[in-house]
Amino acid sequence: MEHTSAEDIKKHVRTYILVFVALLVLTIVTVGVSYLHLSIVPAVILALLIASIKGALVASYFMHLISEKKLVYFTLILTVVFLITLLSLPLLGFHDTIQ
Amino acid sequence: MQNVATAPHHGESAHHEEHASFWRTYVFSVDHKVIGIQYMMTGLIFLFLGFTLMMLMRWQIAYPTKSIPGEWFTLLPGLIALISVVVGLMSKRKLTVLVGVLFGAIAWLVWSMVSDETLFPEGIMLPELYNSFGAMHGTIMVFLGVVPIAVGGFGNYVVPLQVGAPDMAFPKLNMMSYWSYFAGGVVMLTSFFVPGGAANSGWTSYPPLADIATTGQTIWLLGMVFLITSSLLGSVNFIVTIVQLRAKGLTFMRLPFFVWAQFITSFLLLLAFPPLEAAAVLQLMDRLAGTSFFLPSGLVISGQILDVSGGGSPLLWQHLFWFLAHPEVYVLILPAMGIIAEVIANNTRKPLWGYRSLVFAGVFLGFMSFIVWAHHMFMTGMGTVISTFFQTTTMIISIPSVIILSALIISLWGGSIRYTVPMLFAVAFLPMFGIGGLTGLPLGLAPTDIHLHDTYYVIGHFHYVVAPGTIFALFAGIYYWYPKATGRMMNTGLGKIHFWGSLVCMNGIFFPMLIQGLAGVSRRLYDGGAQYAHAQDVLQWNEFMSVSAWLLAIFQLPFIFNFFWSLKKGKAVESDNPWGATTLEWQTPTPPPHGNFVKVPEVYRGPYEYSVPNAPKDFLTQNTP
Amino acid sequence: MQIPYTVAARPDTGLHNSKLGIWLFLASEVMLFGALFSAYILLRVAASEWPHGSQLLNVPLAFLNTVILIGSSVTMVMSWASLMMKDFQKYRRYMGLTILCGFGFLVVKGFEYGAKFSHGLFPSEDLFYATYFTLTGLHGLHVIGGIIVNLYFWGPGSRMWKTEPERFTNRVEVAGLYWHFVDLVWIFLFPILYLL
Repeated sequence: MEHTSAEDIKKHVRTYILVFVALLVLTIVTVGVSYLHLSIVPAVILALLIASIKGALVASYFMHLISEKKLVYFTLILTVVFLITLLSLPLLGFHDTIQ
Repeated sequence: MQNVATAPHHGESAHHEEHASFWRTYVFSVDHKVIGIQYMMTGLIFLFLGFTLMMLMRWQIAYPTKSIPGEWFTLLPGLIALISVVVGLMSKRKLTVLVGVLFGAIAWLVWSMVSDETLFPEGIMLPELYNSFGAMHGTIMVFLGVVPIAVGGFGNYVVPLQVGAPDMAFPKLNMMSYWSYFAGGVVMLTSFFVPGGAANSGWTSYPPLADIATTGQTIWLLGMVFLITSSLLGSVNFIVTIVQLRAKGLTFMRLPFFVWAQFITSFLLLLAFPPLEAAAVLQLMDRLAGTSFFLPSGLVISGQILDVSGGGSPLLWQHLFWFLAHPEVYVLILPAMGIIAEVIANNTRKPLWGYRSLVFAGVFLGFMSFIVWAHHMFMTGMGTVISTFFQTTTMIISIPSVIILSALIISLWGGSIRYTVPMLFAVAFLPMFGIGGLTGLPLGLAPTDIHLHDTYYVIGHFHYVVAPGTIFALFAGIYYWYPKATGRMMNTGLGKIHFWGSLVCMNGIFFPMLIQGLAGVSRRLYDGGAQYAHAQDVLQWNEFMSVSAWLLAIFQLPFIFNFFWSLKKGKAVESDNPWGATTLEWQTPTPPPHGNFVKVPEVYRGPYEYSVPNAPKDFLTQNTP
Repeated sequence: MQIPYTVAARPDTGLHNSKLGIWLFLASEVMLFGALFSAYILLRVAASEWPHGSQLLNVPLAFLNTVILIGSSVTMVMSWASLMMKDFQKYRRYMGLTILCGFGFLVVKGFEYGAKFSHGLFPSEDLFYATYFTLTGLHGLHVIGGIIVNLYFWGPGSRMWKTEPERFTNRVEVAGLYWHFVDLVWIFLFPILYLL
């Protein structure tokens, strides 16, 4: 593991607290935005954007992805590519029909 | 070299510290070799069961109005059971007796079904039962037979050895993977005994039919959850083992192609199975909780509108199912290509042609396999944009397949070919896979698929790839690695009979399917097309195919006999490396002890250094300094 | 017989075995939940009408649950950090808190489900409830799984700290990665189901 010294860990602990606060704030923002009653498309985009930021924070700092090895990144990127495929192509199939 | 032990084929290590109990050594072992053999034996038995179901179906197809002679179909497994049990008792081999008992169970299952008047009124199979057999034949062969043997069996046994590791990265997880598979198999088998019988909506389980089908379908879904869990745990194990436990000097580009094939296969299993698991959850919810994920509004069944909330989409199931099931077919073929590569290199005494091409083609194939799935759905009303997309990706994916096949064929050129039994199967694999692959092309092109979709042509196509394709590769692997696992060679004469008989019979079964499919005969017809005018001209092939199938069964007898007889009576190997192979699995004692390598190996060269100029022998092992 | 790199990292990959293993498993979980999200998207897009989540679901309770789960992620990573700082008692406290948060999440979920059931609203009601119950249900099962693993590492499994502290720390880290993932899924589930 990269971080072995106690001082390193203490720095990490500070980061964890900061991230926690950020996540709380973003959660409040998520709920607040929903009260704006935007139309569906901007609402979805905004909600997913905020969720992605929160997710990125959890992944990068709690899961230490920000300092993770290439191999792990590669696997995750591959996964995301296939996920996007699974999310988008059936949608295309639903829209593009013989009608 | 190491002295050769004629030990039992389960790789026991009698010299280890504590004398572990029978259960710890053979049943709940964490040793990858024992687990590999467990997968192998369980898989072979399921393969035989799936084959038996098909043989019963083929009577129905060939003679839809004649009463089935149940005794003959029971005789085959019954005879094997009897011989196994007797031989096992006489030679005091508990596992041989166990295998005999399992064949006996198959015989009993067959007999109890064919003599059941409610299933075979006047000896003629009910259409519903035919559908069950069809669905279970596919399910058992793919998920309980071929993949467990190819990945669980060969992968588990050979991969840690070929990468120079003492075992898999997670031995306990490995054991859990096997038992999860076993549990899934048991669950699937129980479905035969519930009211309504086993799943009968095709191995593809399409809703709305599968949503409203009999109880067996729910059990099928639960069985799949166990099997998928087994696969997921196994694939994590394989990937970590290959990445992390490679011996010193064993870079990725020095890996035997068999390991690459298993590596790619594991990624396919890891990432493609979860959507099917999700779909299975959704279908279970539909069946058990009354949801309508896959049930459209206003669905009418037998004149009644179905009382569900509706709004669901049957197409959703198809997308999720085929998202797995297409990569699944590459799971079926990649390990096979890996085995063939090993056998060809070894029996031509020269390096494989185009190793880098093989690797890159394999990786590209794995990647592409995720974006072709809807070529199974061309007839669902897809528009031109999406059809064109999937047709294009499907045509592109044929390229790496052809590269791999070509590299393997070119590898024969200029070789000193030894026609050992494994090599016979490997050489035959090449044109058979070629036919399978070529017949896939009109299916992958949307316009021609309009005519061929859901006909016997499809069945012919995929059976060519799986039967004289993958299963031949599995046979090659068994004859090839048997001496390492047991210290004895399988009998060559029996092997040749097995080979030639299987080759001829398999072509006899599957080639006419292409003809019938082109004539428009649909698949999944319980009477083989007898009631359709357009089928009349090609109906005569049904009997021919059925007889070929039953003969194919007969030709497996020399193999089954050979497999068990050679354990004790096969010619003992004279060295740990009887085939003169270069890869690391042959540089261990025979059979390999717990921990595999006496000395931790170090690798100095690539995997196929055969006929190296100026070398003392016609091969240089990977770990010779 | 020792399997190499169970504790120490392999030099060229920089990873120990279980770290790679858990990331691979999480990749498969991304595909699992991703497939369910994909199903949700398809069904909702194809539907002529679909209710707004906040009209039918309890947003305040879900907000509470979100805070609980995010909090549990912090306590989880703190439990690992405590082990890295060789403070076993702190580890136990943080892990205990994580487990409690997990139970808390389930209790709140229980209230939510109970409220729905008592109004006769089950998955069979319509596609909205079907997706709500299925997605949160599967997520809930993953929470239960995580709690069981964490309980093991808090209780009997923690004996390993005395004999193989590094290996135990690795295991807690790996369990933490799984737990964070469960939190991550909820971070997406919450707005998608409740706020859209």
